[in-house]
Amino acid sequence: MKLTYSIPSMDFSAAGKASTDVKKTLAQLGLDRDLVKRIAVAMYEGEMNIAIHGGGGTAEIEFSPDRIDILLVDRGPGIADIALAMTEGFSTASEEVRSMGFGAGMGLPNMKRNADEMTVESRVGEGTSVRMRFLLGAARCA
Amino acid sequence: MKVREIVGLLDAKVFAGADQLDLEVQSACGADLMSDVMAFVKERVVLLTGLMNPQALRTADLLDIKVVVFVRGKKPTPDLVAMAEESGMILMTTKYSMFLACGRLYEAGLRGGGVREIS
Ligand SMILES: Nc1ncnc2c1ncn2[C@@H]1O[C@H](COP(=O)(O)OP(=O)(O)OP(=O)(O)O)[C@@H](O)[C@H]1O
Ligand SMILES: [Mg+2]
Repeated sequence: MKLTYSIPSMDFSAAGKASTDVKKTLAQLGLDRDLVKRIAVAMYEGEMNIAIHGGGGTAEIEFSPDRIDILLVDRGPGIADIALAMTEGFSTASEEVRSMGFGAGMGLPNMKRNADEMTVESRVGEGTSVRMRFLLGAARCA
Repeated sequence: MKVREIVGLLDAKVFAGADQLDLEVQSACGADLMSDVMAFVKERVVLLTGLMNPQALRTADLLDIKVVVFVRGKKPTPDLVAMAEESGMILMTTKYSMFLACGRLYEAGLRGGGVREIS
């Protein structure tokens, strides 16, 4: 099974809807509550980054028997220094974005902490893609 | 601590979930930036925030947080109240600032909170 969502740019009323929907689907599948929460948090952070920094994009969630893969893609400005972007507290969010509740610089670190595997690929001027993998059941070794 | 007690301590006005005040909470998170809330993993959480928009409630919902307190007397708009009702949340407003609201809950014995090492 595969779910695909389109994430609009800077639309704060729509942003988060994809994650909410994914969380509902995962809960219906009867997945462990903590795992559902981890996936929901990571996906939400990724969704907000696409909406806020990436100029809009897509989210793809693929369900396999042993794992869940999330692919987030945008064609925004890209990230020049990925290691820096992954640092807790680093943010380029504007004052306006902060007043909406974002820009703590904790999004990418939160995604990394919640996913079992994560890779970020980005090219300045071309866009960013983030891949996250969540292992199901015994496959996860914490 | 029961949510009913929180309502009393914060002299709060309840806008949604008034029938669920016997719910128990064990920890509290005070934040205006949602990723700070997302970095906070605890059970039975009350979220105190000065951020009054759909994102605050969406964040709470994704984290299974059932109790949200708006500080500094911010009264939720009808759409936020509707959103809270839909997700089965308790929504309330206190006249106290973030500092005073957190302090009152802490003093009354609500001690669970996130501690992270300085990196
Ligand atoms: N999809 C993206 N496209 C371009 N830049 C990005 C993207 N995602 C993240 N960034 C850059 O990396 C920085 C750090 O991202 P991160 O999600 O950790 O924090 P934030 O979005 O600024 O704040 P928070 O997520 O805590 O609300 C961003 O401020 C931005 O500069
Ligand atoms: Mg972010």
